[in-house]
Formats: sequence, structure tokens, C-alpha cells
Amino acid sequence: MAWTRDQMAARAAKELKDGFYVNLGIGIPTLVSNYVPENVDITLQSENGMLGVGPFPFDNEVDPDVINAGKQTVTEVKGTSYFSSADSFAMIRGGHIDLSILGAMEVAENGDLANWMIPGKMVKGMGGAMDLVAGVKRIVVVMEHTNKAGESKILKKCALPLTGTQCVDMIISDLCVFTLERGKPGLKLIELAPGVTLEDVTAKTEAKFTSGL
Amino acid sequence: MANKVYKDAKSALDGLLKDGQMLMCGGFGLVGIPDKLIHAVRDSGVKNLTCVSNNAGIDGHGLGLLLENGQVKKMISSYVGENKTFAQLYLAGKLEIEFNPQGTLAERVRAGGAGIPAFYTKTGVGTQVAEGKETKTFDGEEYVMERGLFGDIALVKAWKGDKSGNLVFRKAARNFNPMMATAAKVCVAEVEELVEVGQLNPDHIHTPAVYVKRIFCGAPYDKKIEQRTVRKA
Repeated sequence: MAWTRDQMAARAAKELKDGFYVNLGIGIPTLVSNYVPENVDITLQSENGMLGVGPFPFDNEVDPDVINAGKQTVTEVKGTSYFSSADSFAMIRGGHIDLSILGAMEVAENGDLANWMIPGKMVKGMGGAMDLVAGVKRIVVVMEHTNKAGESKILKKCALPLTGTQCVDMIISDLCVFTLERGKPGLKLIELAPGVTLEDVTAKTEAKFTSGL
Repeated sequence: MANKVYKDAKSALDGLLKDGQMLMCGGFGLVGIPDKLIHAVRDSGVKNLTCVSNNAGIDGHGLGLLLENGQVKKMISSYVGENKTFAQLYLAGKLEIEFNPQGTLAERVRAGGAGIPAFYTKTGVGTQVAEGKETKTFDGEEYVMERGLFGDIALVKAWKGDKSGNLVFRKAARNFNPMMATAAKVCVAEVEELVEVGQLNPDHIHTPAVYVKRIFCGAPYDKKIEQRTVRKA
């Protein structure tokens, strides 16, 4: 059985370490905050200018001026701070954020990442993704292993326009977990979802990988 | 002291707007956007504008108003996914777009306001964003050169302001506003509450008065929420 979205988020949450400052992308990455391990205290950063992001508000505490980068209403925690977008990206680009968990359309075996545009279709813009992958210390990608046509999204080379080059440290798909070492091509398979076999992963992965199981 | 206080958005923009100008707009999504000023720009009818803004509003709100009215020639933004009019105009060839990574956009504006014509960043190296731009290697790592941005008019929204132009922003409504305020020939600020000089704590001022040339109180505000997400009690 492949992992569900929530199980992928729970697996990604194991990468959180006590004291980490973390930026979570939109979609499955946002779910990671529901699975923070006990005894691990992290601080969420949102690139629109908030450090210390709390859960969604109760209905009677919604504040239109308190949103995350996905434009969702959120709450403060004890010790929250607000700052400008320039300060926010100084934090990101300057390497002060420990971990970013984000989604992807494609990842290549050299760690290249594409997640911002599909040529010919409407282009929405990259938002903060390029800054995050360029500046955050560690990048974990959470993604479906294959597209709707069943084709591998983990490739020898990305076909879509890149968000960043050689920037991915880990891929968590619905089938397995790969690690990458920056500057060294090649994925290493370190974990399988329950019931998924090495043969399943081989059949559904275009990129070269070695097994570290 | 020169008077900076105006009674509303229309009078605060009087004599400033011209076709073809570059407008620097604060806000992230609909949070902290200069709503009253955008309405006044719409009503003025000026055209061929270049708008520097992280987003392009949504249909019927924010810069969406200027897009629908055919007043915008070009957007310099990081993300415009919430605006459907934008997609139609862009696909019809009626609108130019220059996408900037969000941090690069913020820094271009900050640099422009700070008298820095260009800077190097590692964001976007090896991607479309770096195509045609100068690159340079520092300490073994490649960086791309990005230019500062400086416009004609900055439109910003603050929580509180005093009559000399000092501004205080509220929570996540700060976002791009402080940089935009610095990066234009004239900055016009709308505030929820306008107070007398001396009533703001000097240690709490985010944008000092020197940047703000005109100010008005835009209250009352009906703040829109793009994604109202709540948890169950």
C-alpha cells in the first residue's frame, strides 16, 4: 500500500528536529504541522513576514491581517514576530531557516527541482519557491511518485523549467524515500512504504538510484 | 512643517498620476494592499501603467480593478495565480508580465529605495530567471545580478500614521509596504488611523516620515479574506 497524503506528511515530520525554524509549502507540506513529534519544538516561518505561525483560528478569532503565504488565515503563537518581505527573504536567502518542505512537479537525479510552471499553460509565478530552494539549509520534497498518466516524476533530467539546481536533499513520495547528496548525482533509496517493493519503485522511477535498504 | 495630510485618496493623488508611470504597490494577497488608493487610480483612468506588486489582486479587488479596466501594461510580480482576469489578458497578449522570485522582488525594491542600482543573489541561478543576466562567482558559488527598482509613485497601506508621515504596520499586513514606501519619487500612504505628531512611540515606527510625502485616513476598512481557514471549536 502506498502512503496517503497524510502518511507522507507524517513521514516528512520525522525530518523535523527540536529547535528547527521551518518553512512549509502549500498542499501536503502544510499537513506536516499536524504530525510534529512529541518533544520536538519547531518554529514555522511564513515568507509573507511571520515567524511563529500557529494553527488555523477558531471561527471567532479570525484576523484578516494574520495570514500565511498560502493566504490562509492563521494564528500567532507565544513569541511570534512580524517583519517585512525583504527581512523575510533575508532570513531565507541568508541560510537562517533550517528546513523547507515543499511540493514538486519533477525532481531530477542530480537534485534539480521543477515546481513553478508548465509552458503553454497558464503561468502563475514562482512566488517564494526559488528563494527557498536557493537559501534554506535543507530541502525536503514531498510529491506523488508518478503523474496522472503513471509516468515517473523522478527523472534523469527535468523537462519543465527549473525552480533550482542541485538543491533537493530528500524526496518523500507515496512509494518511498530517497536521499540525495548535493553535488553528487544519484538517488539513494532508504525506505519503502508498507507493501511497496523494490521492484515497484524500479518500475516507476526513471532516475537512477541505488538501494540503501 | 509642510502639510502632508489629505482628506481622501483622490485628493492625495491629485496632480501625481500620468499615463505610463511605474506604480509600486504594497500588499501580499489582499492583506495590506492600498485599497482606497487603487480605487482612486482606477477612477482617474490613467493608462499604460507598470505595476510592481507581489500579486495582482483577485477579480474585483486590489490591482484586479486596474487590470479589468485595461489600465495596466505590465506587471512585475512573483505570483498572480489568484486572478482570472489576469490569465485572460495575458493569454490575449494584452498584458506583459515579468515574474520575479518573491525574495528577489523584495530586494530589488529595497535596493532601489536605498540607492543600490544592482546586487547579486543566488536565487534563480541556473533557471529562466537568470537568462540574459550577468553572473559572477563569489567564494566558489555562482550568483546572478539583479537590478534595483525605483518607480514614480508608491502606494502603501499602514495601520497607524501620524500627520508627519511616520507609519506603523499591523501584523502580516506589513509585507512589501515598507520597501515600496522607499522606492518611488513620491510615496502616498493610506492609514486606518491618523494621529497627531508625537502620539506614536518613536521606537515602534516602521517607516520613518521622510519617505512619505502624502498621507490620509482611509477608514473605515472592510478587510477581505482570500482563504478563510478555521478549526472546529
